[in-house]
Amino acid sequence: MKQHTVASIRAGLLAKEFSSVELTREALAHAERENPATNAYLRFSPERALAAAEKVDEKIAAGHDPGTLGGVPVAVKDVIVTKGVVTTCGSKILRDYVPPYDATAIERIEAAGGIVIGKTNCDEFAMGSSNENSAYGPVRNPVAPDRVPGGSSGGSAAVVAQGTAVVSLGSDTGGSVRQPASFCGVVGVTPTYGRVSRYGLVAFASSLDHIGPFARNVRDAATLLEVIAGRDPLDSTSADAPVPNYAAHLDGDVRGMKIGVPIEYMKHATGDTADRVNEAIESLRAMGCEVRDVSLPSTDYAIAAYYVIATAEASSNLARFDGVRYTMRSAQSDTLSNMYQNTRGEGFGAEVKRRIMLGTYVLSHGYYDAYYLKAQKVRALIAQDFSNAFQEVDAIAAPVSPYPAFRIGEKVDDPVAMYLSDIYTITGSLAGIPCMSVPCGTTAEGLPVGLQILCKHFDELKMFRLADAFEKR
Amino acid sequence: MHLTDKEVRYVANLANLSLTEDEIARMVHDLGGILEQMDRLAGIDTLGVAPMAQVLFETDETATLRPDVERAPLGNDLAVANAPVTSGGYFKVPKVIER
Repeated sequence: MKQHTVASIRAGLLAKEFSSVELTREALAHAERENPATNAYLRFSPERALAAAEKVDEKIAAGHDPGTLGGVPVAVKDVIVTKGVVTTCGSKILRDYVPPYDATAIERIEAAGGIVIGKTNCDEFAMGSSNENSAYGPVRNPVAPDRVPGGSSGGSAAVVAQGTAVVSLGSDTGGSVRQPASFCGVVGVTPTYGRVSRYGLVAFASSLDHIGPFARNVRDAATLLEVIAGRDPLDSTSADAPVPNYAAHLDGDVRGMKIGVPIEYMKHATGDTADRVNEAIESLRAMGCEVRDVSLPSTDYAIAAYYVIATAEASSNLARFDGVRYTMRSAQSDTLSNMYQNTRGEGFGAEVKRRIMLGTYVLSHGYYDAYYLKAQKVRALIAQDFSNAFQEVDAIAAPVSPYPAFRIGEKVDDPVAMYLSDIYTITGSLAGIPCMSVPCGTTAEGLPVGLQILCKHFDELKMFRLADAFEKR
Repeated sequence: MHLTDKEVRYVANLANLSLTEDEIARMVHDLGGILEQMDRLAGIDTLGVAPMAQVLFETDETATLRPDVERAPLGNDLAVANAPVTSGGYFKVPKVIER
């Protein structure tokens, strides 16, 4: 399964080398066999997958096109709802939740012939940078099993790296697609805010949440984005902007493209990670790009702004898990307030509680202006930094994470250190611009390093063209 | 920023979150450390900056509105299907008002 791409599956189906049902059976069996090594899948959806595969085979038999993703095994992060398939968000509180509807992204994948084979492990409600905050156990990095795969979409990155899915969906609020992509050595894309409908993505921080693809190459990631992108009447923040045929424009020619390197990022970057990123930037120069320094002066305030805004929105969004509608209710529920407090106290894990507490605190009487309003103003400054930079350059090249995949358990007791490690990814999230991680080599220990590419709003095509050219260097 | 035990209990109550004594002690420590980071925000000048509540893109004023057409709702059975306790098609909760 690991050698397959979207294109190779299409070619195999059309040449009748295998049927979609055969490939789906093989993919499911392979993934179930390999999963104990990583704990990346939480559950499989064989019935749904085989039903979708039969439809693809029927289309081919009738002489129709199997679809852009025809027969492609897709894994989905467990924060994206799937009708009839348990969706836990990595939380105990949703252990038995069976969604009554599909996320728009899921509907579009299946309409394009994609086969949803299972749901992937993640940090609880997508809160974390290591996948250690899942109620269902940590995920092991397929490249180095004693290390984390990154988070929060650790499972979705791991299955693509492990070869137990061809592509996958994750979600990114402050780096949760790009960081695990860099840790596992795969491609991960955070599109422009509003590019992909959030309908059916269980909300963490609504003004920052994105659905984004993982793949083993830029072309497949671009193809998956093209399928799920576009206006959706069910998400009023989804943008009514045309969706280009990304894959058709990956011609490898990036001569004359202007690349900015943020001085505020590189001054802190050290070790093998910085070396690999600097080498990548030199490759871009050798490919004919014009490389220059840019300044993003508000960077130092990004982490504080992000954690105020994200936790404030989370504390509000997670209020819905109260023991009334979503499966779990504490046995200690003699009064209404006991039911609320005990269900949430028993159902949420430590990191989710920490963030609900922070968010509630920064929104509470007397602190709103100093924290929440101030953070929104700083967010505006960070977005302005990028707008200014994109007056001068086409794309920004940067690290994804200050360090490669760390050992399981190494940082779990230090939430501040964990938050600070998000510095390179949360700036793009706050600005709402498209950004991605593309593999750019490994450390001396063999751990993958990612190069981050950021572009201006809705400029995914340029981002993919640059990443694809870099990948083929 | 240092948070007291009493403040943590107050915020937990606002958040409808029961915490054990151990969790409260841990929160005092963790939240204090994180708020120290957040307090850095005071160091940046934002005079005259409009707060950014949402990522905006250039579009027509009504482009984000959907057509006002009927769409089948989930239906009563599905809407309550995941509830821990239901009765007669409704969500059932502990008694709120004493007789």
